[in-house]
Amino acid sequence: MRRWMIAAWMLVLIVPSLRATPIRIGSKQFTESVILGEVARLSAREAGIDAEHQRELGGTSILWSALEHGDIDAYPEYTGTLTHELLKNVAPDADIASLRAALKPLGIGITDSLGFSDTYAVGMREDQATQLGISRISDLVAHPQLRLGFSNEFMDRTDGWPGLRQRYGLPQTQVRGLDHALSYRALSSGAVDAIDLYSTDAEIPFYHLRVLDDDRHYFPHYDAVFLYRLPLEKTAPAFVNVLRKLSGRISEDAMRRMNAQVKLRGEKETAVAASLLGVQSDGDGTGLWSRLLHRTLEHLRLVLMSLSAAVLLAIPLGVFSARTKRLGQVIMAASGVLQTIPSLAMFVFMIPLFGIGTWPAAAALFLYSLLPIVRNTYAGLTGIPPDLRESAAALGLPRSVRLRRVELPMAMRSILAGIKTAAVINVGTATLGALIGAGGYGQPIVTGIRLDDIGLILEGAIPAALMALAVQGLFEGVEHWLTPRGMRIEARQ
Amino acid sequence: MTGNAAPEAFELDGVCKRYGNLLALDQVNLGFPAGTTTALIGSSGSGKSSLLRLLLGLEWPDQGRVKVDGRVLQPGEVLELRRRVGYVIQEGGLFPHLTALGNLALLPHHLGWNKGRIRERAEELATLAHLPANALERYPAELSGGQRQRVALMRGLMMNPDALLLDEPLGALDPIVRHELQDVLKQIFLQFGKTVIVVTHDIAEAAWLADRIVLMRHGKVVQDGCLEDLRQRPADPFVTRFVEAQRTLREPQA
Repeated sequence: MRRWMIAAWMLVLIVPSLRATPIRIGSKQFTESVILGEVARLSAREAGIDAEHQRELGGTSILWSALEHGDIDAYPEYTGTLTHELLKNVAPDADIASLRAALKPLGIGITDSLGFSDTYAVGMREDQATQLGISRISDLVAHPQLRLGFSNEFMDRTDGWPGLRQRYGLPQTQVRGLDHALSYRALSSGAVDAIDLYSTDAEIPFYHLRVLDDDRHYFPHYDAVFLYRLPLEKTAPAFVNVLRKLSGRISEDAMRRMNAQVKLRGEKETAVAASLLGVQSDGDGTGLWSRLLHRTLEHLRLVLMSLSAAVLLAIPLGVFSARTKRLGQVIMAASGVLQTIPSLAMFVFMIPLFGIGTWPAAAALFLYSLLPIVRNTYAGLTGIPPDLRESAAALGLPRSVRLRRVELPMAMRSILAGIKTAAVINVGTATLGALIGAGGYGQPIVTGIRLDDIGLILEGAIPAALMALAVQGLFEGVEHWLTPRGMRIEARQ
Repeated sequence: MTGNAAPEAFELDGVCKRYGNLLALDQVNLGFPAGTTTALIGSSGSGKSSLLRLLLGLEWPDQGRVKVDGRVLQPGEVLELRRRVGYVIQEGGLFPHLTALGNLALLPHHLGWNKGRIRERAEELATLAHLPANALERYPAELSGGQRQRVALMRGLMMNPDALLLDEPLGALDPIVRHELQDVLKQIFLQFGKTVIVVTHDIAEAAWLADRIVLMRHGKVVQDGCLEDLRQRPADPFVTRFVEAQRTLREPQA
């Protein structure tokens, strides 16, 4: 009876808190996506809907799986990405109606085009193009001496350079792979004559570039749309309406301008989005120190959660490994394998299990922390001289007492060193948590890389380095304090 | 030899013990009557230390039986057995993270003795082992080799055991300290009056500490008697060689 009462009370408490959850809009880790996310959030706010924007969650796969799992409710996407990467069994040139039909079984809805397409394109310097009389990609055929510089991704993708060359029969032999961020500079300095770009890139007007006409319709359409969870049509119809009303609102030129305002003039995404909509901006007016404090708390929480869970599991695992050598090798090998998983992949693997945010990041860090602690616990215990271990046994102490009073204290130094290693690694790796919505010091780093803003990168990197040093120092102290005095002094003889 | 002889505190009955290819004990039959002091001697690798470990259940025989107080030793009984048998090894086996007193207190603390009782007993034993009282608060690394060995001996005596097993207890000490400690041991054995088995490779030390000497070689008992037996009636030429070798070591060349 009482149990029922408690359950009922919990329902009373939980249900309103569920209903109070705001609409969650996600965005990818590049400026245009963040601006579109802000556009959606501000539009929702204007309609009186409580919405939050989780910025820069990562790449396509992270956003898509977050939407599929209901960790976010909507995010901006491109039709070309849907046809080429996310959906199977749709035609490469499928229109939005057929995409809508293909998405429906997945529980995902799609708006009409926002009004612009962010597609791959080929660009040249305006003056050179005029001089050579080039305005279409097919005009390139007549100029085999031109040097092309393409981003590495474009070089490899099937819908990139190999297909482009085939479709137009391009004769150029001087083709180089470049980092996308560098290609504009390479083009303007004359190191290459043509590059791949996105049709809404901020740099196009800045560097006075001409976007060549794709006259043979090689590049797929990358119309910007919003994807949203279909259940919202019932639970939050007003929000879906807000998204639908954004269709056709943003021209390619407007998008290019907004990108330029953020990337080249350092304006805030929120302000740019607000001026597009003609509404009041509400950008976070928080100062550097309160931002730092907030991120420090987020970062510390990630590190502490993962580390304490790892300590609780890894020390017993280490003890167990030291006792049963055969199985111990298996445990050590398994935690070693975990360590070899690239960190970004590890974070992404956690999303289906824990969604996005603090939990998956903490889970990934937890798995990374296991190896150093397990290994050092094992090394500390197996490093105890056999005659001492036998002395403890010969006293007539039961195993558990021997472990607690003799073996663990003697292994303490090694175990603490393992925890210290794990903690310092965690402080560094936790910056990647920003890619899956966990915040922390990684947030300004991610934004800074996107905006090519060294100051912003340092705003995350410096505190992260300081925290790593502080953790290191703290553990030296703890080590000194927890290592029994008798283990620290040198023998007399 | 049979019938109503004194009960054997420890007994090995056809015991074999192998480590890989090495036969450490080969069909050993040996009894240790309660209240007697026995020295096990022999060169290194003769199986003496394995024998002690078998008596404490730290190892188990591959063949044969180990009996304690007339009953075959069972794995479930070893904790209880170890608590009433003191065991002292060559380097003392003191735990570096505990003070001398902490080392002494490990078992009594687990068995529920209070601090006052533990300290009282430790001070009593310090007097017996000629350990300066302030050494009790020191860590093993702060003690001299002789002091460490005294603490190890005290740890073995802490629970007032029925028997004391010592494995080369003075092996790592310099001659002067060693001589001093031989006296302490002898005095304790006499006062103690219980079963003592001491492993050594020094025949003079064996003769000084024990009435009965068991000489072992390659895992077998070569001779079992007093020093006079070994000198006058050696069981085989190895006994003579062993005794001679040790005597030339101890006597300055004239």
